[in-house]
Amino acid sequence: MNKRPQMLLWLFIAVVGASAVGGIALSRGESINALWFITAAGCVYALAYRFYAAWIACSVLQVDDSRATPAERLNNGHDFTPTNRWIVFGHHFAAIAGPGPLVGPTLAAQFGYLPGTLWLLFGAVLGGCVQDMVTLFLSTRRDAKSLGQMARDELGALGGTAALIATFAIMIILIAVLGLVVVNAMKHSPWATFTVSATIPIAVVVGFYMRHFRPGQILEASALGVVLLLLAVVAGGWVDHDETLRVWFDHDGLNLAWWVMAYGFAAAILPVWMLLAPRDYLSTYMKLGTISLLAVAIILLQPEVKMPAVTQFIDGTGPIFGGKLFPFVFITIACGAISGFHALVASGTTPKLLANERDIRMIGYGAMLLESFVAMMAMIAATVLDPGVFFAINSSAGAVGKEAIEAAAKISSWGFPVTAPQMQALAQEMGEASLFARTGGAPSLAVGMASIFGSAFGQGLMAMWYHFAIMFEAIFILTTLDAGTRVGRFMLQDMLGNVWPKMAETSWTPSVVFSSGLVVCAWGYFLYIGVIDPNGGVNILWPLFGIANQMLAAIALSVATGILVKSNKLRYAWVTGLPLLWLIIITSTAAWQKLTSMDSRIGFFAAADDLSQKLAAGALAAEKAAIAPQLIFNLQLDAYITLAFVSLVWLIVLDMLRVCVRYLTGKSTPPLTESAHTPSQLVEEWVRD
Amino acid sequence: MRRQLKRFWQGIRQLSGDDAYERYLQHYAEHHQQDGQPPLSKSAFFKQWQDGLWQGIRRCC
Repeated sequence: MNKRPQMLLWLFIAVVGASAVGGIALSRGESINALWFITAAGCVYALAYRFYAAWIACSVLQVDDSRATPAERLNNGHDFTPTNRWIVFGHHFAAIAGPGPLVGPTLAAQFGYLPGTLWLLFGAVLGGCVQDMVTLFLSTRRDAKSLGQMARDELGALGGTAALIATFAIMIILIAVLGLVVVNAMKHSPWATFTVSATIPIAVVVGFYMRHFRPGQILEASALGVVLLLLAVVAGGWVDHDETLRVWFDHDGLNLAWWVMAYGFAAAILPVWMLLAPRDYLSTYMKLGTISLLAVAIILLQPEVKMPAVTQFIDGTGPIFGGKLFPFVFITIACGAISGFHALVASGTTPKLLANERDIRMIGYGAMLLESFVAMMAMIAATVLDPGVFFAINSSAGAVGKEAIEAAAKISSWGFPVTAPQMQALAQEMGEASLFARTGGAPSLAVGMASIFGSAFGQGLMAMWYHFAIMFEAIFILTTLDAGTRVGRFMLQDMLGNVWPKMAETSWTPSVVFSSGLVVCAWGYFLYIGVIDPNGGVNILWPLFGIANQMLAAIALSVATGILVKSNKLRYAWVTGLPLLWLIIITSTAAWQKLTSMDSRIGFFAAADDLSQKLAAGALAAEKAAIAPQLIFNLQLDAYITLAFVSLVWLIVLDMLRVCVRYLTGKSTPPLTESAHTPSQLVEEWVRD
Repeated sequence: MRRQLKRFWQGIRQLSGDDAYERYLQHYAEHHQQDGQPPLSKSAFFKQWQDGLWQGIRRCC
């Protein structure tokens, strides 16, 4: 009856979206307003959600709202509970959105705003959202089984093992790179160091409050925690101005790295209620609050994006990380476009709460759209900075030189004017000693956020906004770090349990200490190397993390494609098959270049050879010569890890193809493990409304 | 307006787990009344609930 106005509305959205995307892509002026980005994102997401996601749900997956979900069938009032879909959406979004979508786009902005923006938009709607939604669906149909379990059941033992190894590997690399981001944000910054350290005792206070003082009063305790956190930001300023106190919190990177490792170890062995759970509450509130605030500020302020659409660094000579636009923009931005890690949340955790299959589109597809939007805001925050300032903050001393004047001259020579006094004034305004070579993405994001917040809500408090932004990033980076160390510990205990069953007991102290220690050593090693590396470490670790994350996505998409084929849906297999193909192309190309490139800024072996030759010729300064053997060893190790990752991807994809071919030619394959249809008894409105 | 605010507040309570004990009591009244065991105290329930939350992967990159 009223189909026509609706169709007109969607047509209008399509036209606006196309103009906005076109405007962004073709703009070659001085600057472009950030509102274009928001408009383009909003329209593309709306169209994709309304049409593509609905089509996938209805035709490809054939979600069935009369079918009881595991939450209903296995309801135990504990972990399996049918829950209102908005609540599930909130839990799911809070679980998938970490620091990844903030850091990746910031680093990828070295190519200009355009490549990253397009990949965020189209990677999400065609790849990431599809992966999350399909995985959520498959796990819901299989009693909320984990990705690894599904891989084992549907493809075979090889798939299961590959998923397990990939998950563990990505965890280690992820924690290391996130640790490095925090360390770089705190390096020689007493204010940031004080504020970030204060989050630990604050979490403990909140933990005691909700466990012992007023058991279960979570909101009360969290409100107290948020107030204390804001106080910690203010108090950091006092510490910074106090000559005696500031020395206690003024540390170099290596010192801070040891502290981060000690913290990770403590968090993994202490009971969850003391540190991990309260910190997680605080970080979730901070994250949701700050991200909403940023969205409001961007819409209010409508800042101008000053970065060019495309920079000359697409040729692979970028100062932040080496490598050409293809494939490295797709590796650098993983979270926000497609992130394999989400498959771990979408299988196992979220399906236990899902009340009705009809909500799979909103939760699986919708939450990832929102994460992509967060990444888009990070891209805006990075590109509203003067490009010269952006490169000055994010380029390592190894790339542009140690001295401020030298670095400013080098960056200006690329066509991005910046001067040392300008950077000094900016640092002073932000309450920092220096903003040169603060790699890792966090400081530049904080400067971008501070300038947006400052312009929208009051200029006077720049330093406060800056350290608020640093605290906001650090608090949930540390949450990922301690939650990840703990999960890594459980996984390791589980694996060791195969050799010696006693090791699998999660409450046996020697096993807890041993496996936690081992996990911390594993990521601590990469963190240590990243800190001593004069090129900043992020340039090596972040691509490695991107490859690992895409590898996990490839596993999830392989499982999905295999199941589609086995469900006689070959003609729809492209829905997961094409994103999978794209991932194989980019991970393989990136890995190939990382292994074989003769350019020492890209190839691991080339860099190792280059360094050993310089070392042998005595061409290195004494301090660099001292660490050169470690760096050489690490470069070679990274090369072998990359090789292992890409081999794992190929192994699982070939295994999936083998299963598909066997199925299509009528040979025996592992049977589908979908649980039987049980009619839903739930009174709809109560749960879903 | 008031009703919507109330529902919003309830959503926040549920999202954070603030009302977990109330929901547990409701679940108990509906399913386990006849088991003969009294429901857990708030503090005992909270301990169990909080420790159970952290078994799997809850946070991501």
